[in-house]
Parts: sequence; C-alpha cells; structure tokens
Amino acid sequence: MADRDKPGDLDGRRRTLEAALAARKPAEPESDERAKTGGAGGFANALRLSSEFIAGIVVGAALGWFIDEMAGTSPWGLIIFLLLGFGAGILNVLRSAGQVADFGATPPKKGDDEDGKD
Amino acid sequence: MATDPIHQFQISKWIPIEVGGLDFSFTNASAFMVATVAAAGAFLYLTTSSRGLVPGRLQSVSEMTYEFIASMLRDAAGSQGMRFFPFVFSLFMFVLVANLFGMFPYFFTVTSHIIVTFALALLVIGTVLVYGFWKHGLGFLKLFVPEGVPAVLVPLVVAIEVVSFLSRPVSLSVRLFANMLAGHITLKVFAGFVTSLGALGVAGAAGAVLPLAMTVALTGLEFLVAFLQAYVFAVLTCMYLNDALHPSH
Repeated sequence: MADRDKPGDLDGRRRTLEAALAARKPAEPESDERAKTGGAGGFANALRLSSEFIAGIVVGAALGWFIDEMAGTSPWGLIIFLLLGFGAGILNVLRSAGQVADFGATPPKKGDDEDGKD
Repeated sequence: MATDPIHQFQISKWIPIEVGGLDFSFTNASAFMVATVAAAGAFLYLTTSSRGLVPGRLQSVSEMTYEFIASMLRDAAGSQGMRFFPFVFSLFMFVLVANLFGMFPYFFTVTSHIIVTFALALLVIGTVLVYGFWKHGLGFLKLFVPEGVPAVLVPLVVAIEVVSFLSRPVSLSVRLFANMLAGHITLKVFAGFVTSLGALGVAGAAGAVLPLAMTVALTGLEFLVAFLQAYVFAVLTCMYLNDALHPSH
C-alpha cells in the first residue's frame, strides 16, 4: 500500500493506462465503421450492448431475490445484489465494447506495478 | 389471424404425449428443430460425400463453413480449443439453419423462443463450468479474481465478476431471441400494412407500395441478422470456452 501512495507512481500508472488504451484503440476500427454505417451493424451493436447491460441487472436482481427467499433477509439481498448487478452490467458493456480487459486477462507487466503484496 | 404479428410464434401440439403428468408433446417447435438438425446434417453429409479433391460449389460451401468456425475457434481459444470444435460447429449450424428456416413464409422460427436459446446458452455455460472445474479444479475460480486489484476491493470485485459471469447465459440467449423475435414481428407488421392498405381502394394500393418496399428491405436485413446472430453466438461461445481453457493466462 505504501509504495502506491507515492505521487510519481500515480503519474506512471496514468501514463501506462493511456498507452494501454492507445494500443487498444486501433484494434477496433472495423466495428467502429460498422457502427457508423448505421443499419444492421449499428442495430446489432445496440442490441448487443443493451442485452449485456440488462442481463447484468436482471441476474443481480434475481440472485438477490433468491437469496432473500432462502435466507429471509428481505429486502437487503435484493438491494445489494441489484447494485452489484448494475456494476456487472456496466462491466459487461465495457467488456464487450473492448474497453476493459477480459476475464482472467493479466495486466501488462511493468515491474513497478506489482500487486498482491498487501 | 393474418394481421396478428404474434400468431407466428404460437406453439401448437402436433402429437400430444404425456408422461407422468409432464407434457412431452411433439409440437411444431419440436418438428422444426428436428427439421433443422436433419437439414444441417443432410447438407453437410450430401455435399461432402463426393469427397472431391477439387471441391464443387456446394462442397466448398461446407468446407468454408468448417474453415470459418475452425479459424474462429483457434483465434479465440487457441489450438487447445479445437477439442470443442464439434460442439461449436454444431451450435453454429443449428442456430444458423434454424434462423434461416424462420425466413421461409409460414415456417416456425425455433430461435425466436427464449427457452430454446436459453437452453443453448445453458449448455455453453454448463460446458464452460464443468470443463473448467474438471481441468483446473479450484484454480478455475481465479477467473473471478482479476490480477492487480487491491486486497480491500477484492470481495466487491469478485462479487461483481460472479454476477457478470452469471449474466452471460442470459445475455447470450436474450440477444439471439430478441433479434429473431423483433425482426419477425417487424416484418409481419409491415407486411400487414400492405394488405390493410390494399383493401382501401386505389389510393390505398398506391400507398401500400411504401410498406411493400420496406418489407422487401427488411427481408434482406433479416437474412443478414440470421447470419450475424449465428456468428455472434458462435464467437461468444468460443470466448467463453477460452475462459474454461485458460482461466488465468
């Protein structure tokens, strides 16, 4: 934790993040073009992203409701899992838009950004 | 009946079967699933039966389909993923042929029913879970713990990742089902305009040209969607199988 609070570290992290984002950008020109042409490509994209988002929320709400039914903790399970589902929905959307690393993908190794020791 | 856009999705029992109080009737949905499997199987079998070294037209269609799925799977999941090739190829062919069957007038669209697509998605996620735990044991759970997360945030991140993972079969099935359902309803509604406008006399018939043109355009779009959704289903299956093969790479 201590070495992360150094001011230089934050700048370094921001720079690596920008580099990683820039490296990711040209990988998606084809899907961008498809979205811009409108019609089928844009329609398919819209349905894809919205279904990802809605699925996250629905699954979160269903899980929370189920836990409430099982454990009798109504309404807390529903509240907490609805919020978690919202987060998962956002994560799904960003992930399928290629803005967030996939499941289990390791971040690029940089040496100064080793985690897991605190 | 002709102008009811929902009527086409009605399930009717063809051969009522009941076993132990459960309804196992052979419905029009079952019939079209059987037809889908039969058509896909027959197409692949008949087109490749000549085994020409220089493929004919139809044989090269089969070979292109094979190559298409094989390269998609190899890109997404590596050469280890090829053990799932029969699974992914069957799924792709089933969804594609079912979608295309739905484009015939008066045919039943199997993939416009969420229970069918959800069963397919559960099959995918079930395969991922079973294979992941069988291959990696509890190491498969590392899938839910991204690297480089501060220890304080781990419980929250894991909870979100688990919900996100569980939402995959839902979004996978809803996407396919919603595309097919919405497309077919739109098609039917616009085609319905043609008949109801045509009944209004000469002015109506002249106006009916517009929805007719729209119907023609939408039919083309629907063919595209039929291919696209089968493709998306297969791509996502490959990506999910990749998680089962390499939970942390």
